Amino acid sequence: MGNTIRTLFAAPYRFLLLAVWEIQSYTVLSIRAIGNLFTRPIYMREIILQMERIGVGSLTIILLTGFFTGAVLGIQSESALRRYGAVSITGQLVAITLVRELGPVLSALMVAGRIGSGIASELGSMVVSEQINAMRALGTDPTRRLVTPRMIATIMMLPILTILCNAVGMTGGWIIARYKLLLSSSQYWSDSLNALELSDVFGTLLKPIVFGFIISMTGCYVGLRTYGGTEGVGRSTTQAVVSASILVITADFFLNNLIIYLTPFINR
Amino acid sequence: MIEFRNVTKSFENEIVLKNVSFRIRRGETKVILGVSGSGKSTILKLILGLIRPNSGQILFEDQDITRLTEQELGDVRKKIGMVFQEGALFDSLDVCENVGYRLYEDGHLQDTEIEQVVMRILGFVGLEEAIDKMPAELSGGMKRRVGIARALVGTPRVVLYDEPTAGLDPITKRTIVDLMIKLRDVEGVTTVFVTHDLHAAGIVASEYAETASDGRTLFRKGGDNLCLLNVQFIMLEDGNICFEGRYEDLMASQLPFIRRFVT
Repeated sequence: MGNTIRTLFAAPYRFLLLAVWEIQSYTVLSIRAIGNLFTRPIYMREIILQMERIGVGSLTIILLTGFFTGAVLGIQSESALRRYGAVSITGQLVAITLVRELGPVLSALMVAGRIGSGIASELGSMVVSEQINAMRALGTDPTRRLVTPRMIATIMMLPILTILCNAVGMTGGWIIARYKLLLSSSQYWSDSLNALELSDVFGTLLKPIVFGFIISMTGCYVGLRTYGGTEGVGRSTTQAVVSASILVITADFFLNNLIIYLTPFINR
Repeated sequence: MIEFRNVTKSFENEIVLKNVSFRIRRGETKVILGVSGSGKSTILKLILGLIRPNSGQILFEDQDITRLTEQELGDVRKKIGMVFQEGALFDSLDVCENVGYRLYEDGHLQDTEIEQVVMRILGFVGLEEAIDKMPAELSGGMKRRVGIARALVGTPRVVLYDEPTAGLDPITKRTIVDLMIKLRDVEGVTTVFVTHDLHAAGIVASEYAETASDGRTLFRKGGDNLCLLNVQFIMLEDGNICFEGRYEDLMASQLPFIRRFVT
Protein backbone atom coordinates (compact mmCIF):
# COMPACT_ATOMS: atom_id res chain seq x y z
CA MET A 1 0.00 0.00 0.00
CA GLY A 2 2.78 2.35 1.07
CA ASN A 3 4.72 1.54 -2.08
CA THR A 4 1.69 2.19 -4.32
CA ILE A 5 1.15 5.63 -2.77
CA ARG A 6 4.85 6.41 -3.12
CA THR A 7 4.81 5.41 -6.79
CA LEU A 8 1.62 7.39 -7.38
CA PHE A 9 3.12 10.59 -5.98
CA ALA A 10 6.69 10.09 -7.26
CA ALA A 11 6.10 11.63 -10.70
CA PRO A 12 4.22 14.77 -9.49
CA TYR A 13 6.82 15.17 -6.73
CA ARG A 14 9.67 15.02 -9.24
CA PHE A 15 7.87 17.48 -11.52
CA LEU A 16 7.31 19.87 -8.61
CA LEU A 17 10.93 19.58 -7.53
CA LEU A 18 12.13 20.30 -11.06
CA ALA A 19 9.77 23.28 -11.39
CA VAL A 20 11.00 24.78 -8.11
CA TRP A 21 14.61 24.20 -9.18
CA GLU A 22 14.01 25.88 -12.56
CA ILE A 23 12.35 28.90 -10.96
CA GLN A 24 15.16 29.17 -8.45
CA SER A 25 17.88 29.00 -11.14
CA TYR A 26 16.05 31.53 -13.33
CA THR A 27 15.72 33.89 -10.37
CA VAL A 28 19.38 33.53 -9.40
CA LEU A 29 20.48 34.27 -12.99
CA SER A 30 18.16 37.30 -13.13
CA ILE A 31 19.41 38.67 -9.81
CA ARG A 32 23.03 38.23 -10.90
CA ALA A 33 22.34 39.90 -14.27
CA ILE A 34 20.71 42.89 -12.55
CA GLY A 35 23.40 42.98 -9.84
CA ASN A 36 26.08 43.31 -12.52
CA LEU A 37 24.67 46.73 -13.41
CA PHE A 38 26.02 48.14 -10.15
CA THR A 39 29.59 46.86 -10.37
CA ARG A 40 32.38 47.16 -12.91
CA PRO A 41 33.19 46.21 -15.63
CA ILE A 42 30.15 47.05 -17.74
CA TYR A 43 30.55 45.94 -21.34
CA MET A 44 29.30 49.06 -23.16
CA ARG A 45 30.53 47.88 -26.56
CA GLU A 46 28.60 44.64 -26.19
CA ILE A 47 25.47 46.54 -25.05
CA ILE A 48 25.59 48.83 -28.10
CA LEU A 49 26.20 45.85 -30.41
CA GLN A 50 23.20 44.03 -28.96
CA MET A 51 21.02 47.16 -29.17
CA GLU A 52 21.87 47.40 -32.86
CA ARG A 53 21.08 43.70 -33.40
CA ILE A 54 17.85 43.78 -31.42
CA GLY A 55 16.60 47.24 -32.36
CA VAL A 56 17.65 47.81 -35.96
CA GLY A 57 17.57 44.10 -36.76
CA SER A 58 13.95 43.72 -35.65
CA LEU A 59 12.70 46.94 -37.23
CA THR A 60 11.41 45.44 -40.48
CA ILE A 61 9.33 42.66 -38.91
CA ILE A 62 7.93 45.03 -36.28
CA LEU A 63 6.93 47.65 -38.85
CA LEU A 64 5.30 45.08 -41.13
CA THR A 65 3.47 43.43 -38.22
CA GLY A 66 2.27 46.77 -36.86
CA PHE A 67 1.14 48.10 -40.23
CA PHE A 68 -0.90 45.08 -41.25
CA THR A 69 -2.36 44.59 -37.76
CA GLY A 70 -3.58 48.21 -37.78
CA ALA A 71 -4.99 47.77 -41.30
CA VAL A 72 -6.79 44.54 -40.33
CA LEU A 73 -8.19 46.25 -37.23
CA GLY A 74 -9.56 48.98 -39.49
CA ILE A 75 -11.18 46.44 -41.85
CA GLN A 76 -12.62 44.30 -39.05
CA SER A 77 -13.95 47.25 -37.08
CA GLU A 78 -15.98 48.38 -40.08
CA SER A 79 -18.23 45.31 -40.07
CA ALA A 80 -18.66 45.46 -36.29
CA LEU A 81 -19.21 49.22 -36.02
CA ARG A 82 -21.43 49.67 -39.10
CA ARG A 83 -24.19 47.69 -37.37
CA TYR A 84 -24.40 50.46 -34.76
CA GLY A 85 -23.73 53.29 -37.18
CA ALA A 86 -20.46 54.00 -35.40
CA VAL A 87 -17.92 53.64 -38.21
CA SER A 88 -16.70 57.13 -37.38
CA ILE A 89 -15.04 55.88 -34.18
CA THR A 90 -12.76 53.49 -36.08
CA GLY A 91 -9.77 55.61 -35.09
CA GLN A 92 -10.58 55.20 -31.39
CA LEU A 93 -10.92 51.46 -31.72
CA VAL A 94 -7.67 51.06 -33.65
CA ALA A 95 -5.71 53.32 -31.31
CA ILE A 96 -6.95 51.83 -28.06
CA THR A 97 -6.58 48.23 -29.23
CA LEU A 98 -3.10 48.82 -30.55
CA VAL A 99 -1.69 50.95 -27.77
CA ARG A 100 -3.22 49.03 -24.88
CA GLU A 101 -2.76 45.50 -26.09
CA LEU A 102 -1.72 44.50 -29.58
CA GLY A 103 1.26 46.84 -30.01
CA PRO A 104 3.16 45.69 -26.90
CA VAL A 105 2.15 42.02 -27.11
CA LEU A 106 2.71 41.56 -30.85
CA SER A 107 6.05 43.39 -30.72
CA ALA A 108 7.10 41.20 -27.80
CA LEU A 109 6.04 38.01 -29.55
CA MET A 110 7.88 38.99 -32.74
CA VAL A 111 11.01 39.89 -30.76
CA ALA A 112 10.67 36.63 -28.76
CA GLY A 113 10.67 34.73 -32.05
CA ARG A 114 13.59 36.60 -33.52
CA ILE A 115 15.76 37.67 -30.58
CA GLY A 116 14.83 35.09 -27.92
CA SER A 117 15.69 32.28 -30.30
CA GLY A 118 18.83 34.08 -31.45
CA ILE A 119 20.10 34.55 -27.91
CA ALA A 120 19.34 30.92 -26.97
CA SER A 121 21.04 29.50 -30.06
CA GLU A 122 24.07 31.79 -29.74
CA LEU A 123 24.65 31.03 -26.06
CA GLY A 124 23.74 27.36 -26.60
CA SER A 125 26.38 27.06 -29.32
CA MET A 126 28.90 28.71 -27.02
CA VAL A 127 28.08 26.18 -24.30
CA VAL A 128 28.42 23.09 -26.49
CA SER A 129 31.63 24.35 -28.14
CA GLU A 130 33.06 25.07 -24.65
CA GLN A 131 33.36 28.81 -25.31
CA ILE A 132 31.55 29.53 -22.04
CA ASN A 133 34.04 27.34 -20.15
CA ALA A 134 36.89 29.05 -22.00
CA MET A 135 35.48 32.43 -20.98
CA ARG A 136 35.38 31.36 -17.35
CA ALA A 137 38.86 29.87 -17.61
CA LEU A 138 40.09 33.24 -18.88
CA GLY A 139 38.61 34.95 -15.83
CA THR A 140 35.42 36.43 -17.31
CA ASP A 141 31.99 35.98 -15.75
CA PRO A 142 29.71 34.91 -18.65
CA THR A 143 26.69 36.43 -16.88
CA ARG A 144 28.37 39.81 -16.85
CA ARG A 145 29.73 39.60 -20.39
CA LEU A 146 26.81 37.88 -22.15
CA VAL A 147 23.60 38.05 -20.11
CA THR A 148 23.59 41.59 -18.69
CA PRO A 149 24.26 43.35 -22.05
CA ARG A 150 21.48 41.36 -23.75
CA MET A 151 19.08 42.13 -20.91
CA ILE A 152 19.80 45.88 -21.01
CA ALA A 153 19.65 46.02 -24.81
CA THR A 154 16.30 44.20 -25.03
CA ILE A 155 14.77 46.27 -22.21
CA MET A 156 15.86 49.48 -23.93
CA MET A 157 14.94 48.57 -27.49
CA LEU A 158 11.58 46.84 -27.04
CA PRO A 159 9.72 49.99 -25.82
CA ILE A 160 11.06 51.89 -28.85
CA LEU A 161 9.97 49.09 -31.18
CA THR A 162 6.56 49.03 -29.51
CA ILE A 163 6.08 52.78 -30.02
CA LEU A 164 7.01 52.37 -33.68
CA CYS A 165 4.65 49.38 -33.99
CA ASN A 166 1.81 51.45 -32.50
CA ALA A 167 2.53 54.40 -34.81
CA VAL A 168 2.76 52.30 -37.96
CA GLY A 169 -0.32 50.31 -36.92
CA MET A 170 -2.34 53.48 -36.53
CA THR A 171 -1.11 54.58 -39.96
CA GLY A 172 -2.31 51.24 -41.38
CA GLY A 173 -5.69 51.83 -39.75
CA TRP A 174 -5.75 55.38 -41.17
CA ILE A 175 -5.16 54.14 -44.74
CA ILE A 176 -8.19 51.81 -44.41
CA ALA A 177 -10.28 54.50 -42.71
CA ARG A 178 -9.39 57.10 -45.32
CA TYR A 179 -9.60 55.08 -48.53
CA LYS A 180 -12.00 52.24 -47.68
CA LEU A 181 -14.28 53.69 -45.04
CA LEU A 182 -13.97 57.18 -46.53
CA LEU A 183 -13.46 58.90 -43.18
CA SER A 184 -11.62 62.19 -43.14
CA SER A 185 -8.02 62.13 -41.96
CA SER A 186 -8.61 64.78 -39.31
CA GLN A 187 -11.54 62.83 -37.85
CA TYR A 188 -9.52 59.62 -37.72
CA TRP A 189 -6.43 61.15 -36.10
CA SER A 190 -8.26 63.39 -33.63
CA ASP A 191 -10.46 60.45 -32.61
CA SER A 192 -7.44 58.21 -32.22
CA LEU A 193 -5.39 60.61 -30.16
CA ASN A 194 -8.28 61.84 -27.99
CA ALA A 195 -9.19 58.25 -27.13
CA LEU A 196 -5.82 57.64 -25.52
CA GLU A 197 -5.29 58.38 -21.85
CA LEU A 198 -2.12 58.76 -19.83
CA SER A 199 -2.62 55.27 -18.41
CA ASP A 200 -2.53 53.86 -21.97
CA VAL A 201 0.80 55.51 -22.64
CA PHE A 202 2.07 54.28 -19.26
CA GLY A 203 0.91 50.76 -20.07
CA THR A 204 2.37 50.70 -23.56
CA LEU A 205 5.76 51.67 -22.11
CA LEU A 206 5.67 49.49 -18.97
CA LYS A 207 4.71 46.29 -20.77
CA PRO A 208 7.66 46.16 -23.20
CA ILE A 209 10.10 46.80 -20.36
CA VAL A 210 8.77 43.73 -18.52
CA PHE A 211 8.48 41.73 -21.75
CA GLY A 212 12.02 42.69 -22.77
CA PHE A 213 13.32 41.40 -19.44
CA ILE A 214 11.38 38.14 -19.85
CA ILE A 215 12.50 37.54 -23.45
CA SER A 216 16.19 38.24 -22.83
CA MET A 217 16.41 36.34 -19.56
CA THR A 218 14.52 33.34 -20.95
CA GLY A 219 16.78 33.24 -24.02
CA CYS A 220 19.90 33.50 -21.86
CA TYR A 221 18.70 31.01 -19.25
CA VAL A 222 17.68 28.37 -21.78
CA GLY A 223 20.81 28.97 -23.88
CA LEU A 224 23.20 28.61 -20.95
CA ARG A 225 21.55 25.35 -19.89
CA THR A 226 22.02 23.76 -23.32
CA TYR A 227 23.37 20.22 -23.40
CA GLY A 228 23.67 17.50 -26.01
CA GLY A 229 25.58 19.10 -28.90
CA THR A 230 23.94 20.68 -31.94
CA GLU A 231 20.70 18.80 -31.32
CA GLY A 232 20.59 20.45 -27.90
CA VAL A 233 21.03 23.89 -29.49
CA GLY A 234 17.97 23.28 -31.66
CA ARG A 235 16.00 22.12 -28.63
CA SER A 236 17.02 25.20 -26.65
CA THR A 237 16.06 27.53 -29.49
CA THR A 238 12.54 26.11 -29.69
CA GLN A 239 12.19 26.05 -25.91
CA ALA A 240 13.29 29.69 -25.61
CA VAL A 241 10.66 30.91 -28.08
CA VAL A 242 7.84 28.81 -26.59
CA SER A 243 8.70 29.67 -22.98
CA ALA A 244 9.21 33.38 -23.68
CA SER A 245 5.91 33.60 -25.63
CA ILE A 246 3.93 31.89 -22.87
CA LEU A 247 5.59 34.01 -20.18
CA VAL A 248 4.89 37.20 -22.16
CA ILE A 249 1.18 36.37 -22.49
CA THR A 250 0.96 35.36 -18.83
CA ALA A 251 2.75 38.52 -17.72
CA ASP A 252 0.41 40.54 -19.96
CA PHE A 253 -2.57 39.28 -17.97
CA PHE A 254 -1.07 40.42 -14.67
CA LEU A 255 0.20 43.71 -16.09
CA ASN A 256 -3.28 44.51 -17.45
CA ASN A 257 -4.72 43.99 -13.98
CA LEU A 258 -2.01 46.19 -12.49
CA ILE A 259 -2.57 48.96 -15.06
CA ILE A 260 -6.35 48.86 -14.56
CA TYR A 261 -5.76 49.15 -10.82
CA LEU A 262 -3.37 52.09 -11.29
CA THR A 263 -5.45 53.88 -13.98
CA PRO A 264 -7.41 56.15 -11.56
CA PHE A 265 -4.15 57.28 -9.95
CA ILE A 266 -2.37 57.84 -13.27
CA ASN A 267 -5.21 59.71 -14.98
CA ARG A 268 -5.99 61.84 -11.92
CA MET B 1 51.88 22.29 -7.19
CA ILE B 2 48.54 20.56 -7.89
CA GLU B 3 47.21 17.84 -5.64
CA PHE B 4 44.02 15.78 -5.72
CA ARG B 5 43.07 14.29 -2.36
CA ASN B 6 40.34 11.64 -2.45
CA VAL B 7 38.35 13.52 -5.07
CA THR B 8 34.97 12.11 -6.04
CA LYS B 9 32.86 13.63 -8.79
CA SER B 10 29.53 12.47 -10.12
CA PHE B 11 27.13 13.81 -12.73
CA GLU B 12 23.51 13.08 -11.81
CA ASN B 13 23.73 9.43 -10.72
CA GLU B 14 26.92 8.50 -12.57
CA ILE B 15 30.18 8.54 -10.62
CA VAL B 16 32.97 9.73 -12.92
CA LEU B 17 35.85 9.93 -10.43
CA LYS B 18 36.04 7.76 -7.31
CA ASN B 19 38.34 8.87 -4.51
CA VAL B 20 41.06 9.90 -6.91
CA SER B 21 44.37 11.10 -5.44
CA PHE B 22 47.52 12.22 -7.25
CA ARG B 23 50.07 14.99 -7.21
CA ILE B 24 51.62 17.10 -9.97
CA ARG B 25 54.96 18.67 -9.09
CA ARG B 26 56.29 21.94 -10.49
CA GLY B 27 57.83 21.38 -13.93
CA GLU B 28 56.27 17.93 -14.25
CA THR B 29 54.35 16.69 -17.27
CA LYS B 30 51.37 14.59 -16.26
CA VAL B 31 49.80 12.61 -19.10
CA ILE B 32 46.30 11.42 -18.23
CA LEU B 33 45.13 8.52 -20.35
CA GLY B 34 41.81 6.73 -20.49
CA VAL B 35 38.97 5.81 -22.76
CA SER B 36 36.24 8.32 -23.67
CA GLY B 37 34.04 9.17 -20.69
CA SER B 38 36.61 7.97 -18.15
CA GLY B 39 36.79 11.38 -16.45
CA LYS B 40 39.96 12.77 -18.06
CA SER B 41 38.47 16.14 -19.05
CA THR B 42 36.64 16.28 -15.72
CA ILE B 43 40.04 16.38 -13.98
CA LEU B 44 41.04 19.46 -16.00
CA LYS B 45 37.75 21.20 -15.25
CA LEU B 46 38.22 20.44 -11.56
CA ILE B 47 41.74 21.93 -11.60
CA LEU B 48 40.34 25.13 -13.14
CA GLY B 49 37.42 25.23 -10.71
CA LEU B 50 34.91 25.12 -13.59
CA ILE B 51 33.16 22.33 -11.70
CA ARG B 52 33.34 21.37 -8.05
CA PRO B 53 33.96 17.89 -6.62
CA ASN B 54 31.32 16.08 -4.56
CA SER B 55 33.96 15.34 -1.97
CA GLY B 56 37.71 15.59 -1.48
CA GLN B 57 40.20 18.41 -1.82
CA ILE B 58 42.01 19.95 -4.78
CA LEU B 59 45.09 21.94 -3.86
CA PHE B 60 46.74 24.45 -6.15
CA GLU B 61 49.99 25.81 -4.73
CA ASP B 62 48.92 24.44 -1.31
CA GLN B 63 45.59 26.30 -1.41
CA ASP B 64 42.33 24.31 -1.37
CA ILE B 65 40.46 25.66 -4.38
CA THR B 66 37.27 23.66 -3.83
CA ARG B 67 35.93 26.22 -1.38
CA LEU B 68 36.87 29.36 -3.30
CA THR B 69 34.23 31.68 -4.75
CA GLU B 70 34.08 32.30 -8.50
CA GLN B 71 35.80 35.65 -7.95
CA GLU B 72 38.60 34.11 -5.86
CA LEU B 73 39.05 31.40 -8.48
CA GLY B 74 39.88 34.18 -10.96
CA ASP B 75 43.31 34.60 -9.31
CA VAL B 76 43.98 30.86 -9.58
CA ARG B 77 42.86 30.74 -13.22
CA LYS B 78 45.27 33.56 -14.11
CA LYS B 79 48.13 31.18 -13.32
CA ILE B 80 46.70 28.41 -15.52
CA GLY B 81 46.38 28.24 -19.29
CA MET B 82 43.83 25.87 -20.79
CA VAL B 83 43.77 24.48 -24.31
CA PHE B 84 40.30 23.13 -25.06
CA GLN B 85 39.52 20.14 -27.24
CA GLU B 86 38.40 22.03 -30.37
CA GLY B 87 40.19 25.25 -29.45
CA ALA B 88 36.96 26.83 -28.09
CA LEU B 89 37.80 30.11 -29.80
CA PHE B 90 35.22 32.88 -29.51
CA ASP B 91 33.38 32.93 -32.84
CA SER B 92 32.61 36.63 -32.75
CA LEU B 93 36.22 37.72 -32.11
CA ASP B 94 39.15 37.64 -34.53
CA VAL B 95 42.41 35.81 -33.77
CA CYS B 96 44.02 38.92 -32.25
CA GLU B 97 41.06 39.50 -29.91
CA ASN B 98 40.92 35.78 -29.05
CA VAL B 99 44.60 35.50 -28.18
CA GLY B 100 44.70 38.86 -26.40
CA TYR B 101 41.35 38.27 -24.66
CA ARG B 102 42.83 38.18 -21.16
CA LEU B 103 44.79 41.40 -21.77
CA TYR B 104 41.78 43.24 -23.24
CA GLU B 105 39.76 42.16 -20.19
CA ASP B 106 42.44 43.33 -17.75
CA GLY B 107 42.52 46.72 -19.45
CA HIS B 108 46.05 47.51 -18.25
CA LEU B 109 47.61 47.72 -21.71
CA GLN B 110 46.90 49.89 -24.75
CA ASP B 111 45.50 48.14 -27.84
CA THR B 112 48.81 48.58 -29.72
CA GLU B 113 50.74 47.01 -26.83
CA ILE B 114 48.30 44.08 -26.74
CA GLU B 115 48.75 43.58 -30.49
CA GLN B 116 52.53 43.41 -29.98
CA VAL B 117 52.14 40.75 -27.26
CA VAL B 118 49.69 38.80 -29.43
CA MET B 119 52.06 38.97 -32.41
CA ARG B 120 54.93 37.63 -30.29
CA ILE B 121 52.84 34.72 -29.01
CA LEU B 122 51.45 33.96 -32.46
CA GLY B 123 55.08 33.86 -33.61
CA PHE B 124 55.71 31.15 -31.01
CA VAL B 125 52.98 28.98 -32.53
CA GLY B 126 53.90 30.03 -36.09
CA LEU B 127 50.69 31.84 -36.97
CA GLU B 128 51.59 35.54 -37.28
CA GLU B 129 49.83 35.79 -40.63
CA ALA B 130 46.48 34.73 -39.10
CA ILE B 131 46.21 37.67 -36.70
CA ASP B 132 43.28 39.32 -38.52
CA LYS B 133 41.39 36.15 -39.39
CA MET B 134 38.13 35.02 -37.84
CA PRO B 135 37.96 31.53 -36.23
CA ALA B 136 35.66 30.33 -39.04
CA GLU B 137 38.48 30.97 -41.54
CA LEU B 138 40.96 28.72 -39.69
CA SER B 139 41.60 25.00 -40.18
CA GLY B 140 41.27 22.55 -37.25
CA GLY B 141 45.01 22.55 -36.60
CA MET B 142 45.25 26.35 -36.75
CA LYS B 143 42.39 26.63 -34.25
CA ARG B 144 44.30 24.41 -31.81
CA ARG B 145 47.45 26.49 -32.27
CA VAL B 146 45.52 29.72 -31.67
CA GLY B 147 44.01 27.99 -28.62
CA ILE B 148 47.54 27.25 -27.38
CA ALA B 149 48.55 30.86 -28.07
CA ARG B 150 45.56 32.11 -26.08
CA ALA B 151 46.49 29.85 -23.17
CA LEU B 152 50.03 31.31 -23.14
CA VAL B 153 49.02 34.94 -22.60
CA GLY B 154 50.00 36.04 -19.13
CA THR B 155 52.81 33.41 -18.98
CA PRO B 156 50.89 30.78 -16.99
CA ARG B 157 52.80 28.38 -14.72
CA VAL B 158 50.61 25.46 -15.72
CA VAL B 159 49.08 24.61 -19.11
CA LEU B 160 46.25 22.09 -19.32
CA TYR B 161 45.65 20.36 -22.66
CA ASP B 162 42.29 18.69 -23.28
CA GLU B 163 42.84 16.26 -26.17
CA PRO B 164 44.63 18.85 -28.34
CA THR B 165 45.48 16.30 -31.05
CA ALA B 166 42.05 14.69 -31.38
CA GLY B 167 40.78 14.53 -34.97
CA LEU B 168 43.91 16.00 -36.57
CA ASP B 169 45.98 14.62 -39.44
CA PRO B 170 49.43 13.17 -38.50
CA ILE B 171 51.41 16.21 -39.68
CA THR B 172 49.27 18.75 -37.83
CA LYS B 173 49.22 16.45 -34.82
CA ARG B 174 53.02 16.43 -34.82
CA THR B 175 53.05 20.27 -34.98
CA ILE B 176 50.82 20.47 -31.89
CA VAL B 177 52.93 17.92 -29.98
CA ASP B 178 56.13 19.79 -30.91
CA LEU B 179 54.58 22.98 -29.56
CA MET B 180 53.74 21.22 -26.29
CA ILE B 181 57.28 19.89 -25.96
CA LYS B 182 58.77 23.29 -26.82
CA LEU B 183 56.57 24.98 -24.24
CA ARG B 184 57.50 22.42 -21.60
CA ASP B 185 61.26 22.41 -22.22
CA VAL B 186 61.97 25.94 -23.40
CA GLU B 187 59.48 27.85 -21.25
CA GLY B 188 59.52 25.43 -18.28
CA VAL B 189 55.76 25.16 -18.03
CA THR B 190 54.09 22.46 -15.90
CA THR B 191 51.93 20.41 -18.25
CA VAL B 192 48.79 18.34 -17.79
CA PHE B 193 48.04 16.49 -21.02
CA VAL B 194 44.73 14.66 -21.28
CA THR B 195 44.49 12.31 -24.23
CA HIS B 196 43.60 8.87 -25.49
CA ASP B 197 46.17 9.26 -28.25
CA LEU B 198 48.96 6.97 -27.06
CA HIS B 199 51.18 7.89 -30.03
CA ALA B 200 51.15 11.60 -29.16
CA ALA B 201 51.67 10.78 -25.49
CA GLY B 202 54.64 8.58 -26.46
CA ILE B 203 56.31 11.44 -28.34
CA VAL B 204 55.83 13.76 -25.33
CA ALA B 205 57.48 11.10 -23.16
CA SER B 206 60.40 10.35 -25.47
CA GLU B 207 61.44 13.62 -27.11
CA TYR B 208 62.73 16.87 -25.70
CA ALA B 209 63.42 20.31 -27.13
CA GLU B 210 66.47 22.48 -26.83
CA THR B 211 67.40 25.82 -28.27
CA ALA B 212 70.31 25.83 -30.73
CA SER B 213 72.90 28.59 -30.78
CA ASP B 214 71.18 30.19 -33.78
CA GLY B 215 67.90 30.37 -31.85
CA ARG B 216 66.20 27.47 -33.58
CA THR B 217 64.38 24.85 -31.54
CA LEU B 218 65.74 21.35 -32.00
CA PHE B 219 63.87 18.19 -31.02
CA ARG B 220 65.95 15.24 -29.77
CA LYS B 221 65.01 11.72 -28.80
CA GLY B 222 65.56 9.74 -25.61
CA GLY B 223 68.42 10.02 -23.16
CA ASP B 224 68.19 10.86 -19.48
CA ASN B 225 67.07 14.40 -20.08
CA LEU B 226 65.43 15.84 -16.95
CA CYS B 227 62.40 16.95 -19.02
CA LEU B 228 61.71 13.33 -19.93
CA LEU B 229 62.30 12.01 -16.42
CA ASN B 230 59.59 14.42 -15.29
CA VAL B 231 56.93 12.90 -17.56
CA GLN B 232 54.50 10.82 -15.53
CA PHE B 233 51.48 8.86 -16.75
CA ILE B 234 48.11 8.21 -15.15
CA MET B 235 45.64 5.71 -16.56
CA LEU B 236 41.98 6.00 -15.61
CA GLU B 237 39.62 3.04 -15.55
CA ASP B 238 36.03 3.28 -14.32
CA GLY B 239 36.74 6.43 -12.34
CA ASN B 240 39.82 5.00 -10.62
CA ILE B 241 43.52 5.40 -11.29
CA CYS B 242 44.65 1.96 -12.41
CA PHE B 243 48.22 2.97 -13.26
CA GLU B 244 50.62 5.72 -12.25
CA GLY B 245 54.21 5.81 -13.42
CA ARG B 246 56.57 6.33 -16.34
CA TYR B 247 55.95 5.61 -20.01
CA GLU B 248 58.23 2.58 -20.09
CA ASP B 249 56.40 1.07 -17.08
CA LEU B 250 53.06 1.71 -18.75
CA MET B 251 54.13 -0.06 -21.92
CA ALA B 252 55.49 -2.97 -19.88
CA SER B 253 52.42 -3.25 -17.65
CA GLN B 254 50.60 -6.58 -17.74
CA LEU B 255 47.29 -5.22 -16.41
CA PRO B 256 44.57 -6.47 -18.83
CA PHE B 257 42.97 -3.03 -19.24
CA ILE B 258 46.31 -1.39 -20.02
CA ARG B 259 47.29 -4.18 -22.40
CA ARG B 260 44.02 -3.63 -24.29
CA PHE B 261 44.63 0.11 -24.35
CA VAL B 262 48.25 0.03 -25.55
CA THR B 263 47.78 -2.67 -28.14
